[in-house]
Amino acid sequence: MASVTYKNVWKKYGDVIAVQDLNLAIEDKEFLVLVGPSGCGKTTALRCLAGLEEITQGEVLIDDQVVNDVAPKDRDIAMVFQSYALYPHMSVYDNMAFGLKLRKLDKADIDRRVQESARTLGIEGLLKRKPKELSGGQRQRVAVGRAIVREPKVFLFDEPLSNLDAKLRVQTRAELSKLHQRLETTFIYVTHDQTEAMTMASRIAVMNKGLLQQLDTPQVLYDHPNNLFVAGFIGSPAMNFFNGKVIVEEGTMYIDLGSFRVKVPEHDMPRYDSVIDKEIIFGIRPEDIHNPEFAPPSIIAEPVEVNVDVTELMGNEIFLYLINGNHNFIARVDPRTQVSFGDKMTVVFNMDNYHIFDPSLDPENPPVVGGITKE
Amino acid sequence: MAKAPIASVMKQKTQVPWLYLLPAIIVMTIFILYPMLNTVSLSFGNANGTASAATTCREGQPCWGVFENYRYALTNELNTATVETTWESFWVSSYGNMIKWLLVMVTGTVGIGLIFAVLVDRIKREALAKSIIFMPMAISFVGAGVIWKFVYNYGTSQVQTGILNAIITGLGFKPVSWLTQSPLNTFMLIVVGIWMWTGFCMTLLSSAIKSIPEEIIEASRIDGATNFEIFTKIQVPIIAPTIVVVITTMVINVLKLFDIVYVMTGGNYGTNVIATRMYTEMYTNAHYGRGTAIAVILVLFIIPFIVMNIRRFTKQEAMR
Repeated sequence: MASVTYKNVWKKYGDVIAVQDLNLAIEDKEFLVLVGPSGCGKTTALRCLAGLEEITQGEVLIDDQVVNDVAPKDRDIAMVFQSYALYPHMSVYDNMAFGLKLRKLDKADIDRRVQESARTLGIEGLLKRKPKELSGGQRQRVAVGRAIVREPKVFLFDEPLSNLDAKLRVQTRAELSKLHQRLETTFIYVTHDQTEAMTMASRIAVMNKGLLQQLDTPQVLYDHPNNLFVAGFIGSPAMNFFNGKVIVEEGTMYIDLGSFRVKVPEHDMPRYDSVIDKEIIFGIRPEDIHNPEFAPPSIIAEPVEVNVDVTELMGNEIFLYLINGNHNFIARVDPRTQVSFGDKMTVVFNMDNYHIFDPSLDPENPPVVGGITKE
Repeated sequence: MAKAPIASVMKQKTQVPWLYLLPAIIVMTIFILYPMLNTVSLSFGNANGTASAATTCREGQPCWGVFENYRYALTNELNTATVETTWESFWVSSYGNMIKWLLVMVTGTVGIGLIFAVLVDRIKREALAKSIIFMPMAISFVGAGVIWKFVYNYGTSQVQTGILNAIITGLGFKPVSWLTQSPLNTFMLIVVGIWMWTGFCMTLLSSAIKSIPEEIIEASRIDGATNFEIFTKIQVPIIAPTIVVVITTMVINVLKLFDIVYVMTGGNYGTNVIATRMYTEMYTNAHYGRGTAIAVILVLFIIPFIVMNIRRFTKQEAMR
């Protein structure tokens, strides 16, 4: 049980910057997920904490102790690797006991801990087998087991589910969440899969190109992304983005998207004063675009004429690929919607829930305009 | 009518493979099978293969009949007067020397090769270091023989041109005649063998060590293993199958060893090994029967290790 702090951490490989000025305070017993596309620096950040990479600049602290120069074995951490990294020549039992034996625990104690962890994970029956005799899911459990027998201060997970099939991944996700609740220890978990991040994390740190983009709870991250990258990365299917302009006509504010325009609700207008007459990016999530027949009555609905390009029935909902002018976007609508390719229809944008990004402040990754003001 | 095409297809299945194998079979028969059978048959004959080995027996001497050449090959170097003399003479015989070679050279090449393999894995100019260590393998043995003759050279009591004696006399000791004092000379020859073959072992072991995923090493590091524990408890056990193959390969190489002894001492001063003795009997003494008998014995020693290597290999293939 421990807190973990990154203080202005940099990691460079020659001229390549893998992690850039990372500041992150991870609280005791937290389940923090580092998420981002591949090459964003999330795994490097984790390996810096594990002691597998030296940091170029800055400090990493575990429980107020700077661990920059502490060997991995003395950091009291355990790590589950993407490939599981089980020792191929040892039985499951020995794999789990290896770390304890090196720490010179007595035999009875080692045995008790291994048996207990094996029971927790439901792998008691596998203890005598070698890793190559196990299925992918079983190996994954053994890798987790090897971490938990050590009873470390911090657990590190480096994409531990990416080698499992979809069904097992969902199941293991839930088990890891349960394990976190049971062990009451700090978990730091790296993944590129935003669904894993959303479902398990107490807080998510989104990274891109070595930079921390946003750190918050899954719900806040989803509802109030800081910038275009986070808005686009979190959520599936991804948020729709439209290039447009904020205009004011006769006291009403519109977002002019070329081939159509949507009215900004009156209570939002002060927030966008700074971007009037400027090029902006308008973002709205697919689930905030409704078929008017089935739209909830309470929303602020803005009708938009569209052509239907593709429909994908998911069972509980339909994904509609829509076209208006040169805009292509996706809507998640009620499954009772009866449309097909080429149909013209009217959808409504829920103007309770949209985002405006200002590219003039950062063309690479425009920040959101107005920030978090809604509750 | 209807049966004919089926029959020809069936025939094709059993006969065509033989057709393709034929060139190899012919070559193997002429160059491997025939010489082998001829060697065995010569080993039961007299000096020039004109009569049975039994005819070479002398009155009043021990005789194994048709196996007389084998008696010579196995016991001639021994002084069987008492148990003690037998024991002593065994350790300077070609068989005793062979055991020294096997023990020291195989452990030396594999052990040092393993340590080098682990060390080069951690340095920056790995390719350069490996090339240097491997280089003796690439030098022809005549070249290497000249290098080591200089190293071991024993000049006159005034002038020492050998680097080893130069060092020793420089330190105030008397020069040593490295290649004529038994059993020291055999160990000095083994040093040359280790020098030549360590690079070979290192290369094989190094590629095995490299095939261990980095994450396994990292996991053990987090588990608390020191570098030495990673070596002994993770790397060595994982590459154990390769180590076994390298050991058996080296055993075969050492059993066949000829060039080092022949070039440096010619088998004199009690440095004979099985292969040099075979050569001496065959070509210096021109006794085909004895020479081939020693050859057959050598092959019998080597066969178990070849079988081990092949078994290992098929097992590895089956695992793929």
